[in-house]
Amino acid sequence: MAFGKVLDDKTSARIQRTVASSISRKGVDKKGTAFQMVLLTTLFITMLILVVLIFDVVQGGWEVLTTRLWGFMRGEIGSGTFPERLGVQQGLYGSFWIAVFVAVFAFPIGIGSAIYLEEYSRKNKFSRFIELNIRNLAGVPSIVYGLLGLFLFVEGIPFLTGPNSNGRSATSAGLTLAVLVLPIVIITAQEALRAVPSGLKEGSYGVGATRWETIRYQSLPYAAPGILTGTLLSMSRAIGEAAPLILVGATTGFLGSNPNILDVGSVRERFTAMPIVITEWTQKTNTVNEDVFIPSAAAAIVVLLVFVLLLNIVAIYLRHYFEKKRES
Amino acid sequence: MSTASTFQDQSKLENSIAIPEMPDRETEPTAAAAPATVAAPAATTPTHAVELSTPQSHSAFEAGTAQLEAETASDEALEQDEVPAKNLVYKVNDLNVYYGDYHALRNVDLEIEANEITAFIGPSGCGKTTLLRCFNRMNDLIPTARIEGMIEYLGVNLYDSQVSAVEVRRRIGMVFQKPNPFPKSIFDNVAYGPRITGLAKRGQALNDIVERSLQKAALFDEVKDRLNNSAMGLSGGQQQRLCIARAIAVNPDVLLMDEPCSALDPVATTRIEDLMNELKQDYTIVIVTHNMQQAARVSDMTAFFSVDVASETDTRTGILVEYGKTEEIFSTPKDTRTEHYVTGRFG
Repeated sequence: MAFGKVLDDKTSARIQRTVASSISRKGVDKKGTAFQMVLLTTLFITMLILVVLIFDVVQGGWEVLTTRLWGFMRGEIGSGTFPERLGVQQGLYGSFWIAVFVAVFAFPIGIGSAIYLEEYSRKNKFSRFIELNIRNLAGVPSIVYGLLGLFLFVEGIPFLTGPNSNGRSATSAGLTLAVLVLPIVIITAQEALRAVPSGLKEGSYGVGATRWETIRYQSLPYAAPGILTGTLLSMSRAIGEAAPLILVGATTGFLGSNPNILDVGSVRERFTAMPIVITEWTQKTNTVNEDVFIPSAAAAIVVLLVFVLLLNIVAIYLRHYFEKKRES
Repeated sequence: MSTASTFQDQSKLENSIAIPEMPDRETEPTAAAAPATVAAPAATTPTHAVELSTPQSHSAFEAGTAQLEAETASDEALEQDEVPAKNLVYKVNDLNVYYGDYHALRNVDLEIEANEITAFIGPSGCGKTTLLRCFNRMNDLIPTARIEGMIEYLGVNLYDSQVSAVEVRRRIGMVFQKPNPFPKSIFDNVAYGPRITGLAKRGQALNDIVERSLQKAALFDEVKDRLNNSAMGLSGGQQQRLCIARAIAVNPDVLLMDEPCSALDPVATTRIEDLMNELKQDYTIVIVTHNMQQAARVSDMTAFFSVDVASETDTRTGILVEYGKTEEIFSTPKDTRTEHYVTGRFG
């Protein structure tokens, strides 16, 4: 007993009352509740926009998707004269090859740069200057990358990117988008590497591992989930980009009627991609075939969304897989 | 900057170290156990057995020094004769350590002997961890760190440009403040060092190393049925013993321990302390500790560090105040600062 003596009943009852009144709830925390409501509203607005967007496109493209999904996936971009032949095949092929170029060029170069910056480079003014620039590059509007791609890949090296198409090819587009997402890949990979606990690296160095062994056996496995998620998310960004593609010459309706998706030669020919197909079709309002193109555009958006969603699912799955591997 | 550049170049120097080879102490216990168990035929040749067992009873270090002396005798016999009695592992001579402009440690002179436990005590910021991390060139990992002065390890200047930091760390193991097992299985944690250093890549040889290291770290019985389970599932004390097993799996000569018990409860601490007393037979141990009772309990030698505040500039520098036998430091310290610290009046 803190009071040093046994209390009589009256005193202890008084103490009890005082304590009870001092710790009892004094009305509602108005500010706190208001703040919570504001936060909930912001979340609600976000969700509402998303739901409206998805509902709108699914509703618009519902007929196309339910009645002739396979034909739509295999169909040509066309002019609208034969609505039953209209489809997104060429767009899917173009987007597929763009994704391949991003994976082949942006991922290794980006991850390599990140490893160098995080693990090897000395932290001095020059390395800080480079990192600042990479961060700025991540914020540059995509149309600027389109201009860069036009100058470098279309007009600069047409003999490589597309001898028969004046450089306006899936190769140019893929390279342009690879450059576009490069800063994002570097930044996310750097952040994943920075999150590797220093104790892990010290433990490795402590038993006589070289820097390479430490990176190979400790840092990279630990950072792998983060690196992968970041790179795959940047891939979905690349697939959704339209503006740079217009500048590097994505066109519609020029592709062969029955292209083969795995025909590597086709990457140096004229091309189109999903965002371009959507852009083209939505521009057909107030034309004769408006009622053909507008539902098809909505259906194409759904297809692109599913495409991106699948990529994200793969990203989540891989992240989960590597995290489990890291812990076991 | 000079240390940083040395570290940059380490890959080139990996094969050009100048540290003399210590004998493989793993042969020692096996050889010692052999006559008792399987070596009955060997007993039929008693003269040889006696001759062989005599050098084995010496510590690994003495054997190493003998070899070192034999190797260097031809060119520098006189120098070796000057210190015949001491088995010095480390000889620190006028060492200064800086982190950028910050002078972390000033004018340290220290000698550490083989098969002893040396404790570094002192208040926070006094540079004891800094000195410990110089002993296996762990400070090379900090880009701004640089040292002046000399640290000799078995007579070789540790910071010589011909010395590889990677090789140094293979011979001088380290246990860290916070248990830092790798997010791998218990087996893979211990096997990591032997694998990367090429001691044993796989198979029975690797299994033996892992088992022996875990046994030495007094952990084997607790984990022998779940060697393939994640090390992250162990308790803090078990994790720290695993880190000790990981460190001794590469046959180091020295174990550096940076407050190894600070994250552990008293029971786990006692286990680690008992373990240190056992390991001392095979290894030279240097331990940094905030716990003075721990230093008094486990160590043979104690170094007391303190912070020296320059009155005009208010800059703080770590200094070595007193170094001596542990019982002397704790009972009859020569310096009043040491006395104040060990009696609890300061720090």
